Amino acid sequence: MKYVDEFRRQDLAKKVSRAIHNEVDRGRRYNLMEFCGGHTHAIFRYGVQDLMPDNVRFVHGPGCPVCVLPVGRIDNAIQLAQQHDVILCTYGDMLRVPGSGRKSLLKIKAEGADVRMVYSTQDALKIARDNPGREVVFFAIGFETTTPPTAVAIRQAQAEGLKNFSVFCNHVLTPAAIQNILESPEVREIGSVLIDGFFGPSHVSSVIGSQPYEFFAEEFQRPVVIAGFEPLDVMQSALMLIRQLNEGRHDVENEYTRVVSRDGNRKAKALVAEVFELRRSFEWRGLGLVPYSALRIKSAYAGFDTEKRFDVPAIQASDVKGCECPSILRGVKKPTDCKLFGTVCTPENPMGSCMVSSEGACAAYWTYGRFRDQATAREASA
Amino acid sequence: MSVKAKRFPQRLNIRSGTIDMTHGSGGRAMAQLIEELFVTHFDNDLLRQANDQAAFDVPAGRLVMSTDGHVISPLFFPGGDIGSLSVHGTLNDVAMAGARPLYLSSGFILEEGFPLADLERIVISMAAAAKRAGVPVVTGDTKVVERGKGDGVFITTTGVGIVPKGVNISGDRARPGDAILVSGSIGDHGVAIMSSRENLTFETTIESDSAALHKLVASMVEAVPDIHCLRDPTRGGLATTLNELALQSGVGMQLTEDAIPVRPAVSAACELLGLDPLYIANEGKLICICAPADAQRLLAVMRADPLGAEAAIIGEVIEDAHGFVRMQTGFGGSRVVDWLTGEQLPRIC
Amino acid sequence: MCLAIPAQVVEIDDVSDSGTVALGPVRKRISLALVDDVSVGDFVLIHVGYALNKISPEEAERTLALFGEAELVEELAAAPGGGAT
Ligand code: SF4
Repeated sequence: MKYVDEFRRQDLAKKVSRAIHNEVDRGRRYNLMEFCGGHTHAIFRYGVQDLMPDNVRFVHGPGCPVCVLPVGRIDNAIQLAQQHDVILCTYGDMLRVPGSGRKSLLKIKAEGADVRMVYSTQDALKIARDNPGREVVFFAIGFETTTPPTAVAIRQAQAEGLKNFSVFCNHVLTPAAIQNILESPEVREIGSVLIDGFFGPSHVSSVIGSQPYEFFAEEFQRPVVIAGFEPLDVMQSALMLIRQLNEGRHDVENEYTRVVSRDGNRKAKALVAEVFELRRSFEWRGLGLVPYSALRIKSAYAGFDTEKRFDVPAIQASDVKGCECPSILRGVKKPTDCKLFGTVCTPENPMGSCMVSSEGACAAYWTYGRFRDQATAREASA
Repeated sequence: MSVKAKRFPQRLNIRSGTIDMTHGSGGRAMAQLIEELFVTHFDNDLLRQANDQAAFDVPAGRLVMSTDGHVISPLFFPGGDIGSLSVHGTLNDVAMAGARPLYLSSGFILEEGFPLADLERIVISMAAAAKRAGVPVVTGDTKVVERGKGDGVFITTTGVGIVPKGVNISGDRARPGDAILVSGSIGDHGVAIMSSRENLTFETTIESDSAALHKLVASMVEAVPDIHCLRDPTRGGLATTLNELALQSGVGMQLTEDAIPVRPAVSAACELLGLDPLYIANEGKLICICAPADAQRLLAVMRADPLGAEAAIIGEVIEDAHGFVRMQTGFGGSRVVDWLTGEQLPRIC
Repeated sequence: MCLAIPAQVVEIDDVSDSGTVALGPVRKRISLALVDDVSVGDFVLIHVGYALNKISPEEAERTLALFGEAELVEELAAAPGGGAT
């Protein structure tokens, strides 16, 4: 596969690995946060950590839209499917995420609710067309990458005059979340968590461009390198971050130039701006209320807004007691710091969202990284 | 028996008829269905005796018995259908003990309204699979459930077979140092099924690998009677099956990603859907664990069989108190290969 | 987050703003509503059934060359004289 295989080549990985080993300053640590779950996944799946020097540490961030969705919104979706007899369509990722009382969309589907997995918003539109007598709700989640396809679907529904289609919008914005992490006291306080640099999102940036990160690099004096999702991209970006840190720079650099430009995808951005507007604030699991961090559907498209068509109450639901997802999502704790990890909470029986999505930090640790625990524990106690 | 023609004045309307409740009621309609469809196609002496059971002599040795229920959507998929699958699946379960399968039975649960034409297609395919395998379906059962209470057709098959003397294959016999072999490319069946599911439409030339492996097993057992473990990596894929074996034997495993055969179309489809080929189902592959000294000989025997042409040694059994299956990645790092959790759902992130 | 994968456009249907992409031997129908000026033969990034962006072959080459270059730096550093030119 072109543009995939060559970015996974072992011979090149060895080269970049040697370069990193040569260039790191043995006397310091490099704490590099990958905001995106895609990077987390690549790091674990390909075993990238093995190719890095010991003093380069990956800190897993909140970049998985499934993990950051608050329990209350999942409860809303469950209510919609159960009480309003709608056909609830959503991406496969959402089906197993537990809401309150350990219910999930998959469980209520088993109980008879009409929940359908779709691969694309186009599938959801088709379901609406095929079922004119039923209300079809698309439970929309995702960052800037996944928002434009939702915008297209809403515009298409309007153009076609689809009367039974609406979107339960949970689209959130990446820059607001990064800013929130950088501003949180734990991260600012010297001595607790240090994040020395950031891997910038790949596909989010392909839509919004590299420009939005310029503010953080400047304001928080941290280097940002926009990194592709293949393992070589991650390693090369780590090298670029290490170089910046060694030189005392904090610029926005772009490793993923084959897709990301400074301005991003103008057409997609214009479509999103046409259909959506900012919410004043939105709850993120782990981060709490984050100002201007999510989108809602503009009133011109109110007919396609589930929150206008149905009663969707604000639900205050709390996470399972003992679940450290909030701290993990901010990079303050590691999955192994959670008492429930691997005992009560496993991917078969997830307690928190970090264990559900295969990109969640807990699931990734459990699935791919557990055998490192002994080594890590030894290192920590040393 | 010239009475037969008089018993059923009209032949079954296979072209446009459907299953109704009478086909499971024990009455004349059921007898006709059995005679004109099942007996006609499965055709063998034992079945023709029309008893509620089949009686046969068995050769000396250890008898193996295995049963498998088959539910699949869609019923017809590239490279097979529920009929051939239900024969292969059970034959393989019997064969994984190193046994030579002797006879099969089949139980059909049909949903009211199921087209007879589809049923005939399934029965013909099943009969052909049994014939190719040389293992007859000698007894069976049919039930009909009301519309909405089944998914068209469910088939349960049971198989019996005989294990040759001196063969002792079991999931708890993997020992550190043993070699791990796989008989060919992984993930073909699961991807073929997904490609034909309505809401995931993508086009590929991949066909299910559904096949009966007992002849391959027979030549393997003949070459190396002391094979330690055999198992077919069906649901949960290669990863889950290796974890089962590691747990059963109390050992760990070390795999080499680059050695595991995966077809380009399977990797491409998995990339597209965010899935991992290691967790995708197979229906015509086996995993073999044997002493290191036997590995090359077995590999040669496997490769000589068309069903094992792409066989490969993919790793070794190691000592590990945690029972982890680890893998050296093609990229040069290492990772754990865990059990499958939940269902493999296509993901966006 | 945001699983997306490069694939080559093999067919374009202007009327429905959609097309078919090939990912190795696999083909899939996708929407082209989010990208401009796509031609058959272009590589695009696919996410949830939509082409999100075009992939620049020149930039991909340049990035790949960087991976090789990393070693060049290393070789220079390892050479006697610290790679001074
Ligand atoms: S291990 Fe489970 S309970 Fe603990 S933080 Fe992770 S998701 Fe929450």
